Amino acid sequence: MTQAGRPVPTFTTAMLASWLFFASVPLWIERVGLYQYLGVEILIFATYALAFNLVLGHAGLPSFGHGAFFGIGAYAFGLAQFNVVANLWLCLAAATLAAALSGALVAAFISHRRGIYYALMTIAFGQIFWFIAIKAHAITGGEDGLLKIARLPASLGVAAFDLKDNVALYYFVLVVFMGVSLLLWRLVHSPFGRIVKAIKQNETRARFVGYDVWRYKAAVLVISAALSGLAGALFAMAQTSAFPDVMSLHYSGYVVMMTLVGGGLVSFWGPVIGAGAFFLARDVIGALTTGWMLWFGLLFVVLVLFKPEGLAGMFASLTKRERKTAPAGAGRAQPQAGE
Amino acid sequence: MALFEAHDLHLRFGDRVVLENVSLAFEAGKLSGIMGPNGAGKTTCFNVLTGRYKPDRGRVLFDGQDITGRSPQAIARLGVARSFQLMTLFDEFTVFENVAIALPATRQRGRDGLGQAYAEPALVTEALDILDRVGLADRADAEAKSLSYGARRALEIAVALACRPKLLFLDEPTAGLGSDGRARLADLVRKLKGLLTIVIIEHDMQFLFSLADTISVIHWGQVIAQGTPAELRANPWVETSNLGRLN
Repeated sequence: MTQAGRPVPTFTTAMLASWLFFASVPLWIERVGLYQYLGVEILIFATYALAFNLVLGHAGLPSFGHGAFFGIGAYAFGLAQFNVVANLWLCLAAATLAAALSGALVAAFISHRRGIYYALMTIAFGQIFWFIAIKAHAITGGEDGLLKIARLPASLGVAAFDLKDNVALYYFVLVVFMGVSLLLWRLVHSPFGRIVKAIKQNETRARFVGYDVWRYKAAVLVISAALSGLAGALFAMAQTSAFPDVMSLHYSGYVVMMTLVGGGLVSFWGPVIGAGAFFLARDVIGALTTGWMLWFGLLFVVLVLFKPEGLAGMFASLTKRERKTAPAGAGRAQPQAGE
Repeated sequence: MALFEAHDLHLRFGDRVVLENVSLAFEAGKLSGIMGPNGAGKTTCFNVLTGRYKPDRGRVLFDGQDITGRSPQAIARLGVARSFQLMTLFDEFTVFENVAIALPATRQRGRDGLGQAYAEPALVTEALDILDRVGLADRADAEAKSLSYGARRALEIAVALACRPKLLFLDEPTAGLGSDGRARLADLVRKLKGLLTIVIIEHDMQFLFSLADTISVIHWGQVIAQGTPAELRANPWVETSNLGRLN
């Protein structure tokens, strides 16, 4: 019997396991010598990297200016709470919307491009937004940034949760992360997601079977930008401020590194692994030497050279080898949990 | 009136004239062939007819509609499908998904970002039926890149068929196939003949002469002869050119 058309489960073991794992982090993170705020950072960047990977890994569109959307989300969150209304939900919505609109603007210019031209255009747009953030002093505070952004309470009508404490914020970010990962999981397995995947493999063929390729490429960028903006808003809350440096080219490069190191090209959860690895490397190697980026960069080079599938790919081939040595029948080939 | 007509197509790349005064007509339900030597402009002609290039002059009509200069996707949605000389498949997809993604039913759900991709039983059945027609039903779960060359040629046609075309353009479907593969492909094309209008570019004279109702010969960007296989055999132009080998 063919597996054709078999529905993809909404919840998978890998998904529930990763949620449970993250839910347990605040219970032990201080006991292993780390600190609660690190968990917040990792989860925010995991959300960001998942959103970014929709463009890079899933649609095959090399974007090197994604920091712009993350940063715009952060600024929009702050500006909305200063100038419009200090309500968490409305400010998060404003951040998502602002990033989506900037994504739509960029998409209008670049969706007819592909490959290196697409990449160069994203860098150019990223630089433009970064430059604006630095120069528009009256709005963004320039290089000083936007300070005193409040961690607004999460009000649910009947109850309100104060997020000033890092553990409380961590659990709030976890809920957002769960929502975003569930949404993206459904998206990549939906008709829309499969069409985007087809376009990645063969744009020409996709056009000749009747798809308006550029619309799909534009839509993917807008969705990714919106979710990156949401992550940016969370980051503004975490830092209680917003700075232009997250919009710079090298910050945009970090999310590319996280995604590739983790294995975003082969695995849905790769970017999450990559975000964790990045911040752990920063803190663990960073405790030994200020040049931690040198070592992380070397790891990146080695991975790209020898295992372009990243950490998730390494893990997949390890478990595959184990399955091969397991007694026959015990390891019936399962569809890749990561895919 | 013919289902598909091209009137007086001209196309130049820089100062090179690639198509000159090309007029073609493909009758509904018939199998038409296009032949000619390498570099004669056959594939370029296909590219103009299916919207990849815009002609400098001339008109393309499908089903009475002027489709000159429309985008490939717009022309595809009207019911014109094509295969490619250099194979273009969705390599990482399974054989099933290559076909399923090209079905109009999938395309109509293109805005659905939350639902299951191929959940409707009707869609699965349709895709498996098409695979059955090209002889790939038992390979439905294989990755497209794992197929043999001949099977990939068949899948290439299956993807085009999935668009539910009224008109099917096949660009050198036997390129690179051995005699076995050619025979199998000829069988497949014979099965499709009469079910839909087919236009084939082909180098293999035997293949084309045994299948086609009418054949157009393109050389130096022009149509130099047109007719049934029997008429072409008697044509002095064809005979004196290096295409004369066919006798």
